Amino acid sequence: MNRREALFSLGAMVASTGVAASAKEMKGYPTHTALSADHLPKPRMGGALRVFTDETDRKTLHAVIDRLIPADAYGPSASEAGCLEFIDDQLAGDYGAGTALYLQKPLHPENEEAIMGAPQFLSTPRERYDSGLKALEAYAQATWGGAFHALSPDQIDEILTGLEAGTIDLGAGVNGQAFFELMLQNTREGYLADPIYGGNRDMAGWKMIGFPGARYDYRPYVERRGEALNLSPVSLIPND
Amino acid sequence: MANTRPKADVVIVGLGWAGSVMAEELTRAGLNVLAIERGAWRDTSTDFPPAVDPDELRWHTRRKLLQPMSVETTTFRNRSGQTAAPVRNWSAYQFGWNVGGAGTHWAGMSWRFTPWDFEVASQTADRYGASRLAGLRDDGLLLQDWGVTYQEMEADYDRFERIAGTSGKAGYLNGEKVPGGNVFEGMRKREYPTPPLKDTHWMSIYRETTQSMGYNPFTIPAGNISQAYVNPLGVTMGPCTYCGFCDFHGCGNFSKSSPQACVLPALMRRPNFTVLTETEVLHAVKHEDGKTVTGVNCVTRDGETFFQPADIVCITAYQMDNVRLMLLSQIGEQYDPATMRGTIGRNYNYQTCASVSGFFSGAKMNPFIGGGALGVQIDDFNGDNFDHSDLDFIGGAGIMGYSTNGRPIQNMNGLRPGHKRWGSDWKQAYARDYQEAANIFVQGTSMPTRGAYLSLDPNYKDRHGQPLLSLTFDWNENDRKMAAWTTQKATQTMQEAGGEAISSDNQAAESWNPYKQHSSHTIAGLEMGADPTTSALNPYLQSWDCHNVFSVGASAFPNNGGYNPTLTVGALAIRAARAIHQTYVNNPGPLVEA
Ligand SMILES: Cc1cc2nc3c(=O)[nH]c(=O)nc-3n(C[C@H](O)[C@H](O)[C@H](O)COP(=O)(O)OP(=O)(O)OC[C@H]3O[C@@H](n4cnc5c(N)ncnc54)[C@H](O)[C@@H]3O)c2cc1C
Ligand code: SF4
Repeated sequence: MNRREALFSLGAMVASTGVAASAKEMKGYPTHTALSADHLPKPRMGGALRVFTDETDRKTLHAVIDRLIPADAYGPSASEAGCLEFIDDQLAGDYGAGTALYLQKPLHPENEEAIMGAPQFLSTPRERYDSGLKALEAYAQATWGGAFHALSPDQIDEILTGLEAGTIDLGAGVNGQAFFELMLQNTREGYLADPIYGGNRDMAGWKMIGFPGARYDYRPYVERRGEALNLSPVSLIPND
Repeated sequence: MANTRPKADVVIVGLGWAGSVMAEELTRAGLNVLAIERGAWRDTSTDFPPAVDPDELRWHTRRKLLQPMSVETTTFRNRSGQTAAPVRNWSAYQFGWNVGGAGTHWAGMSWRFTPWDFEVASQTADRYGASRLAGLRDDGLLLQDWGVTYQEMEADYDRFERIAGTSGKAGYLNGEKVPGGNVFEGMRKREYPTPPLKDTHWMSIYRETTQSMGYNPFTIPAGNISQAYVNPLGVTMGPCTYCGFCDFHGCGNFSKSSPQACVLPALMRRPNFTVLTETEVLHAVKHEDGKTVTGVNCVTRDGETFFQPADIVCITAYQMDNVRLMLLSQIGEQYDPATMRGTIGRNYNYQTCASVSGFFSGAKMNPFIGGGALGVQIDDFNGDNFDHSDLDFIGGAGIMGYSTNGRPIQNMNGLRPGHKRWGSDWKQAYARDYQEAANIFVQGTSMPTRGAYLSLDPNYKDRHGQPLLSLTFDWNENDRKMAAWTTQKATQTMQEAGGEAISSDNQAAESWNPYKQHSSHTIAGLEMGADPTTSALNPYLQSWDCHNVFSVGASAFPNNGGYNPTLTVGALAIRAARAIHQTYVNNPGPLVEA
């Protein structure tokens, strides 16, 4: 027997014998073609809000997002486009629970912020909305003597501008600037994501910029360079 | 360990691009190969058909195909002495974690490195003198050759391109420079498997502009296939539809080069191939002799542990995890920047990038017509394609005008400078600028330094309680100067093209951190080379310390070219696998004497 035969079996591998039963062993090309359960689209189901069940929180967020994206000649407001429902749905799921994040301790806030150039958190997005919205309401009461949602558009813009610039301190362990960024990100996501997730109603966000949506074949158009193609957008699910 | 599986000839740790290409070579040579993959099985029709793929929120914004930080993350600091912090959120790091690895959702830019990239040290000395090289080394750059030349890699590059179906046009074919191709590329023996992709509006503007400036534009070689193609494994691919949902997404058309579209249909049908999915390798187990390993310890999704014996272990778990697994397995010695002893974790480098944006009033760029690798590039200022005699840096950058996507969330801050990101001002600006924006990307070389390295973190652990990998890195002066210089060239090109409201973002201008960067190209830590005191692997990707361990990934690159890494990873995988089945199995032992 030469060394090669001694070391290497050079034949079909013996089937394993019951060890590590939970290891998923695959041999041969899988024949099933059904969509994997975790890759099926997960549309927002209609019905009541699941995260923003507190009325004050809901009104505060409503007021914020409609200043971030107001109704104007370019399209509806964030709330008219469904962004509140969108954010609620996102926070109710994996995103809100922060399942992708590394949330292990220790957290050394100052060191982590210095190293990473931005504050780091152990709290989930859902928790950050909860504390952030309550802090906004408290700030409005303390500064303007009234509920946040009852402030005028100019007053809200002033607060949002201050949060964005980092000049307003919301106290209570809430980083106002980071919370502003979180709300801005999620609101615009809601305006621009596929309507399947509850926002971008009537594909208003896509119409605003001229994005044709969930299309998949531009071969007929690639050489029509620089033309206004006027393609009407399509969504992953028909709206009606 | 109580739970022991039957022995395999070869265990492949991580079934991404490198792992699947190695498994293909090794099973074809008759070896019994068992791949162990941490992620799940994912395939075109079951996981990303056209009905679910064009979904920006899910695949790009939420990165649902990528490996979450809760599974494993890294820690980071700019320099020794600081306490590294864990990367808690999504960042420049974009790790794959499914059968197919990041190869399932990469963009597909399919570059060969230039001959210079493989021999930076010796070619710098040859062209600019030994004292120039010595000066760079005195400045802290750890320049060293790869122990393999471009010429030696040509056949392996060619094989990978044939498997991948790469689209493109040769620019240096059998001694002839071919206009329209990349005239700076290393010499090729064959044309690309499929012709180049078509130009979008912005690409044609960029092509005409760079041509008129006297440069040499060409279509980027792409793993977005331009026409139907049958690869050497008998797998059929379809033409790219310019769908614009490419990087971070799978491809529903079988037109993106990927293990799914190119390798797995053939590999899975081989009786001598098996894959364990949703199973993580914890570390390799060393033999008492200290010169080999006996196999790998693993944990299943349900937390069951077992030992998998093997004659050969190939670590193809992506650059970061390749280094981490070597450290967790105690193969070789951890690099120490103070003493410069040890090779594992040494030479870490990255991709030095910048971007320039401009706006074209009234234009219809139609950015939604896109492909992950769709673009026109000039290489006139890449690598050593231009004279550095009077410049205070080495290296350069590929400068591309690209049309990779028009995803609305990703581009929502792509506004003329001076606009707010909210309110009616944002709406008005985005409604206009979505169609009028154009971008140039500057993708540059990166050189290793003494102080940049990988090690195990002393404080933070993964979900199994094993230490995370820790990165210590910041830009070096050489690369900073290179980035500033090439960014100027890109800015001039944007001006020449007629762009208005031009702005640039030179990522090397400030200290590195993973949230500020755009490139996922993490490089080195297990570099290959001819000298065991300065490299972890020999020129066949074999560990100098344990001869039955091979490791392939961008971890093996001593320095980075001004290109995306994957074609070179794939070519190295073929090189290593050929060395195993042609030489190693006949006479197991070091393929190169230390
Ligand atoms: C969005 C995106 C765009 C990109 N675009 C380009 C491009 O245009 N051009 C280019 O050249 N490159 C690009 N890349 C990079 C490219 O994807 C990688 O270079 C390539 O996939 C690396 O191949 P690999 O085999 O080394 O690693 P991968 O393909 O990532 O495979 C590694 C596999 O190992 C598995 N693994 C890790 N640890 C373990 C463990 N302990 N046990 C078991 N399994 C493990 C992982 O789950 C993964 O599946 C891009 C990457 C991303 C994410
Ligand atoms: S751009 Fe082309 S290669 Fe990329 S996902 Fe779309 S069809 Fe596939």
